[in-house]
Amino acid sequence: MAKKPVKKEDPKTTGHSWDGIEEFNNPLPRWWLWTLYLTIIWGIAYVIAYPAWPLINGATPGLLGYSSRIEVKNDIEAANAALEGLNTRIVEADLTAIESDEELLNYAKRGGAAIFFTNCAQCHGEGGAGADGFPNLNDDDWLWGGSIEDIHLTISHGIRDETDYDGRVGDMLAFGDDQMLEPEQIDILAAYVPSLSGAEVDPAIAEEGQALFLDNCAACHTDDGSGDVFVGSADLADHIWLYGDGDEETIRQTITHGRKGLMPSWTGKLTEAQIRMVAVYVHTLGAE
Amino acid sequence: MRHTLWAVVYGVIILAAAVATNFGRDLAYQVAAVTVILAAGILFIREVKLIGSPVPAPATGYMDNVVRYGLIATVFWGITGFTVGVWIAFTLAFPEMNLGFAYTAFGRLRPLHTSAVIFAFGGNALLMSSFYVVQRTTASRLFGGNLAWFVFWGYQLFIVLAATGYVLGATQSKEYAEPEWYVDLWLTVVWVAYLVVFMGTIYKRKEPHIYVANWFYLAFILTIAMLHIVNNLSIPVSIFGAKSVQVFSGVQDAMTQWWYGHNAVGFFLTAGFLGMMYYFVPKQAGRPVYSYKLSIVHFWALIFLYIWAGPHHLHYTALPDWAQTLGMVMSIILWMPSWGGMINGLMTLSGAWDKLRTDPILRILVVSVGFYGMSTFEGPMMAIKAVNALSHYTDWTIGHVHSGALGWNGMITFGAIYYLTPKLWKRESLYSLKLVSWHFWLATIGIVLYASSMWVTGIMEGLMWRAVDSQGFLVNSFADTVAAKFPMYVVRGTGGLLYLTGALIMAYNVRKTIVGAGAAKPVNAVPAE
Repeated sequence: MAKKPVKKEDPKTTGHSWDGIEEFNNPLPRWWLWTLYLTIIWGIAYVIAYPAWPLINGATPGLLGYSSRIEVKNDIEAANAALEGLNTRIVEADLTAIESDEELLNYAKRGGAAIFFTNCAQCHGEGGAGADGFPNLNDDDWLWGGSIEDIHLTISHGIRDETDYDGRVGDMLAFGDDQMLEPEQIDILAAYVPSLSGAEVDPAIAEEGQALFLDNCAACHTDDGSGDVFVGSADLADHIWLYGDGDEETIRQTITHGRKGLMPSWTGKLTEAQIRMVAVYVHTLGAE
Repeated sequence: MRHTLWAVVYGVIILAAAVATNFGRDLAYQVAAVTVILAAGILFIREVKLIGSPVPAPATGYMDNVVRYGLIATVFWGITGFTVGVWIAFTLAFPEMNLGFAYTAFGRLRPLHTSAVIFAFGGNALLMSSFYVVQRTTASRLFGGNLAWFVFWGYQLFIVLAATGYVLGATQSKEYAEPEWYVDLWLTVVWVAYLVVFMGTIYKRKEPHIYVANWFYLAFILTIAMLHIVNNLSIPVSIFGAKSVQVFSGVQDAMTQWWYGHNAVGFFLTAGFLGMMYYFVPKQAGRPVYSYKLSIVHFWALIFLYIWAGPHHLHYTALPDWAQTLGMVMSIILWMPSWGGMINGLMTLSGAWDKLRTDPILRILVVSVGFYGMSTFEGPMMAIKAVNALSHYTDWTIGHVHSGALGWNGMITFGAIYYLTPKLWKRESLYSLKLVSWHFWLATIGIVLYASSMWVTGIMEGLMWRAVDSQGFLVNSFADTVAAKFPMYVVRGTGGLLYLTGALIMAYNVRKTIVGAGAAKPVNAVPAE
């Protein structure tokens, strides 16, 4: 092997050789050793200060008496204490008055948004735009009313939530499954319903469709199909659709099988202050 | 007689697997049983053909054919694993790439990727390099005759069983320990055989001392056996079904899982690969190892400390505070012992730094050691509770893992492959050093893109999650952070693509070298008249 142009003389090797690999026996680098010692010293200090060594009954508690469970408990208590005044005020305030109190409005909107992102966005979408079967909260179309009181009631007790007797109930009946209408009649209705919102309808079925609608549907959806928030019936005269986009097929399914969309009751899961906050947030999204 | 006996054994296995296929309760299990039928079937036919053939004379010299197979398997699984990685990286940016099938959902392809790169690519790299290194440094043939072949093929079967299980939805849901009970049992058998081959070879060594690379390999094999068995303790719901129930539950299960998980990093991806480093770096540099003393001290310190570090994966969880403290403290003390390997690797080059200019293979090895140093600094830092509070659950962790995996494990394996290929196939040199240079730059730039984009999204994500307004409310929703990460996800995928491209170039180069094209002429070729 050619001689290498090394400036320093190589130290002696240990004398071992494996498949031509030899070893020097250079001392441990000083900085390396001292850094190792420093981390060890720091480690000893840390295990003295904090809970560390497991014993028979529990572990050494550490001189600082630290506990992550106590820490998080204190953090939560401090946060609750800091917001206690606002929480009391928002609960005691009249629902309709919250939005005219600037401080409460800000608190409710931001806190409500955080609650909404965590608990509501799964169904109603990040911006409250809803999805197929889940109402859009940004528009002015409200199944169960869009006043602050109505929204508060809906969030507090849900819709069709069997765990909460204070909630509102109102089903879209399954006219097909429960044999209230013949399939042919449902076909006619499905073709007729889009005309309520201005679509062209086959004149051949218009008359029969209207008759069927007035007999079977108008009790809830009203004669002109504009719906009734008192029973939670959908407005069929606007262009907003909860299921599908006004296509005959979806309407046929709705009439045949009915609809029972569920809004859960939040009483007990959220505090009254939180419910009020998220109600204000939703109200400001698509205020009536 | 011998062959008849083996043929009967394989026949029984085929029968048992056929029964298992028939009674199998789920598709993953049935596919596994059919795979076993196929594997045993091939062996059965082979043995039947050999019946009556004379007993061959015991082979002498180094057992290198299994290393050759291992090298090819390493390249093959590497490219498979990188490809799946690139795919799922882009899936995170463009979710349509899930394709809408259960089999191609992110949740199934992700363990396919991690297992393919860690256990298939990394595992084969460790198997083949340890078989090569232990023979050279003990000057002995592998112990146990065909047992080394059993280890190699048994390990490939393990990989196939695990991978098909993931795609078909069989998983224990334990990170890096996803395979179900029957795959775990099989790996245990293979692993014990591996230990026997390795220990046996060391035992019959012709050198008086055991070389440091072998300490690391042995620590890796032994510890992985222990970790694998304890973490996979589970009770099958039925012996004819994939599903099993873990023995531990709750925080005990979490702690066992991360004791395993972190030491998979510590012993599989660190100790084992340090074994590779200790052979290939001094070999390629042509220089003695920097310090024997340092290798002893850092070996024992590393072995002692790593095993404690698992709880740092469970900071601020239900894990008791004392365990978190110990996990963090040991992780930080581990910093210097880890760096001992880096120092020994880099300082071995002192006196040979000039070679870095001319030798791209050495450059790959040095960059690998550099990334090792970087990620073993980053690791202890992220184990500090205050840092972890920000970094945990974010992409920073993904970036950290990949600067270690792509930079350290990947690059050292590439270096070893480039070193071994001409030696194993008796070629004068590699087909092309220029292509090695291309590989080096593509891989390095790929890693830099990957790691830096993940730092950016990781820290951004951590800060967005914890952002609260003056009244203490969260400012961002989770989906806001997902949307914000999009550009960096594209950068990350691009980095992965570069890395994959480099590996494809390597595969081409290796193939050309094996067939003896270009500069890679056979050493003892007869000159043309």
